[in-house]
Amino acid sequence: MPDDFPTAPHPAPGDGKYVLELYVAGSTPQSGRAITNLKTICEAHLKDRYDLTIIDIYAQAERAKPGRIMAAPMLIRQWPLPVRRVIGDLSRTAQVLATLDLPPAGQCP
Amino acid sequence: MKTKSPPAPLKTLLKARTGIRGLDEITGGGLPAGRPTLICGSAGCGKTLLSMEFLVRGAAQYNEPGVFMAFEETGQELTENVAALGFDLPKLVAAKKLLLDHVHVDRSEFEETGEYDLEGLFIRLGYAIDSIKAKRVVLDTIEGLFAGLPNQGIVRAELRRLFRWLKDKGVTVIMTGERGEGTLTRYGLEEYVSDCVISLDHRVVDQVTTRRIRVVKYRGTTHGTNEYPFLIEKDGMSIWPITSAQLEHNASDERIGTGIERLDTMLGGKGFYRGSSILLSGTAGTGKTNVSATIADAACRRGERCLFFSFEESPSQLIRNMSTIGLDLSQWVKKGRLHFETVRPFHYGLEMHLARAIKAIKEFDPQVVVIDPISGLDTTGTNLEVRAAVMRLLDYLKQQGITVILTHLKTGDGLQERADAAISSLVDTWIVLRDIESNGELNRSLHVIKSRGMSHSNQVREFVLTNNGIKLTDVYIGPSGMLTGSARLAQEARERAELASIKEEAGRQQAALECKRAALEGQIAALRAEFSIEEATVTRIVNMDKQREASLALDMAAMGRSRQQDVNKNNGAHAHRNGSRRH
Repeated sequence: MPDDFPTAPHPAPGDGKYVLELYVAGSTPQSGRAITNLKTICEAHLKDRYDLTIIDIYAQAERAKPGRIMAAPMLIRQWPLPVRRVIGDLSRTAQVLATLDLPPAGQCP
Repeated sequence: MKTKSPPAPLKTLLKARTGIRGLDEITGGGLPAGRPTLICGSAGCGKTLLSMEFLVRGAAQYNEPGVFMAFEETGQELTENVAALGFDLPKLVAAKKLLLDHVHVDRSEFEETGEYDLEGLFIRLGYAIDSIKAKRVVLDTIEGLFAGLPNQGIVRAELRRLFRWLKDKGVTVIMTGERGEGTLTRYGLEEYVSDCVISLDHRVVDQVTTRRIRVVKYRGTTHGTNEYPFLIEKDGMSIWPITSAQLEHNASDERIGTGIERLDTMLGGKGFYRGSSILLSGTAGTGKTNVSATIADAACRRGERCLFFSFEESPSQLIRNMSTIGLDLSQWVKKGRLHFETVRPFHYGLEMHLARAIKAIKEFDPQVVVIDPISGLDTTGTNLEVRAAVMRLLDYLKQQGITVILTHLKTGDGLQERADAAISSLVDTWIVLRDIESNGELNRSLHVIKSRGMSHSNQVREFVLTNNGIKLTDVYIGPSGMLTGSARLAQEARERAELASIKEEAGRQQAALECKRAALEGQIAALRAEFSIEEATVTRIVNMDKQREASLALDMAAMGRSRQQDVNKNNGAHAHRNGSRRH
């Protein structure tokens, strides 16, 4: 099937920004927490160095399959490669940072 | 385990037909519609195939589009795997009758960073269902979630929610599960599915694999509880259950010829009953295959179809060998009246043989079936198993009114004899072929041991294979026993000689008699001649006497006239006197 392993829109790596996608399922407290947590992390570690897209799969169900979404919330780091996936409300900051290859809080890359 | 239910829910329980041959039969019409069904079994037993066939047939035959959510194989792999079974998935996908969705679950990809749920999967599935208006859903194998997601508590809670949600959606769901140690599935999926559980099995006994299917549970319906063997072949999956094995078939009065004239004579003059079972038993080389091929040939000659199961010879070998006794079987193959099913007995298990046989019979729809030899199955199970299987097959054939010829190879040891007797009690007619060794040669004989429902001959016949088929001849009973072969020929020659000498003697006697008759007639002629001489003499004497008397009378009259006698001595004299008075 051609659409089985879809290639998510890969932005040009030129500007060196982190490309992040957060998939949430509706406006549940879980979704809210995930969005807040992610924004906090990004502001602390990736200020001005990230593009974040938040996708509500309730509103955009057709994006669930191409994005290979199963659990929600799910954060996908599309850039830099390799693509990384994290599930949950992102409340365990240390784990999120490790998966996204970001240095722990306080240090500058 | 059979679940007994009150009649009312039975009526309302809707079923989704699977379209898989035999499965609808043993489930009483299909899977429970709008509910989930669990199909469990070990690796490679056909779970994915069954689920896929359920969707493909649903889409193609029942206009019920389906979603296949695969947790293990990609759409590409699935398409290729089932293409070998004749399922054209891309075509169905293009027609929006089928949707394949591969859910990639890789534990290394999923780092848990807090609370989550499987809403993403729900939405994805829901979107797929809505986009093609699916009525059927397959989740293959949803256990992938357990392996992929670290938090099993969440998975379990979400699965429960998923099935509730699918029920609300009203779709018929198949989920598959791997067999676990001592449980139906490794992760206990059966606890989520309470309506229908089907178990597939893939057992190896004596290096032979048999796939089996069993309906473990089916709430609200009666179902076949046995394990049934099933086949996966180039046209998909099929189950050939013999669900009823009761003795309730109708017995036919029609008789069919055997193709061997004198055998018909031995069987009450008309041959077998249609739909009866005939056992031909004998040791190696007694002509069992020849007799059964002759019967098959006779059936084809009548315009019937005959299915010939051969466990020993390939079709071309059989056709060649039978041409030496004047049977042209290839013509019937060409005309589609004769079909050979040839397979080595050890290739499949007993049940699989049975299933394949039933499949072949259903597909070819023959009037006569030959199994050559049924003893080929002996190696595929214990005596009891084989007997039970043969009985089921015979019952099935009887119900269909199919005449069946079984050949049985006897090896002569005691065990075999017993097996022989066991099978013989199942059949209607038992014909025994024997080798008779005498005077340094082996000859063949044939006799009918039993034939239910007809008066049959009790005579042993010598059975001779000729270029023009099988001939049965009388055997000679001499002082030293039965005579066959050249001993019979010698006896025949002796009898011919005796007959000739008797004829000669009779001729001689007849000649002597003729001679006597001639002598007698000579004598008669002589006597006749003597007699006629005597007769002539006597006649002459009598005549002379008469003449003398006459002349005497004339003399007297003349004398009277001369004396003017007035006394009339006679008319002549009186007239003469009247005349003289007128003068």
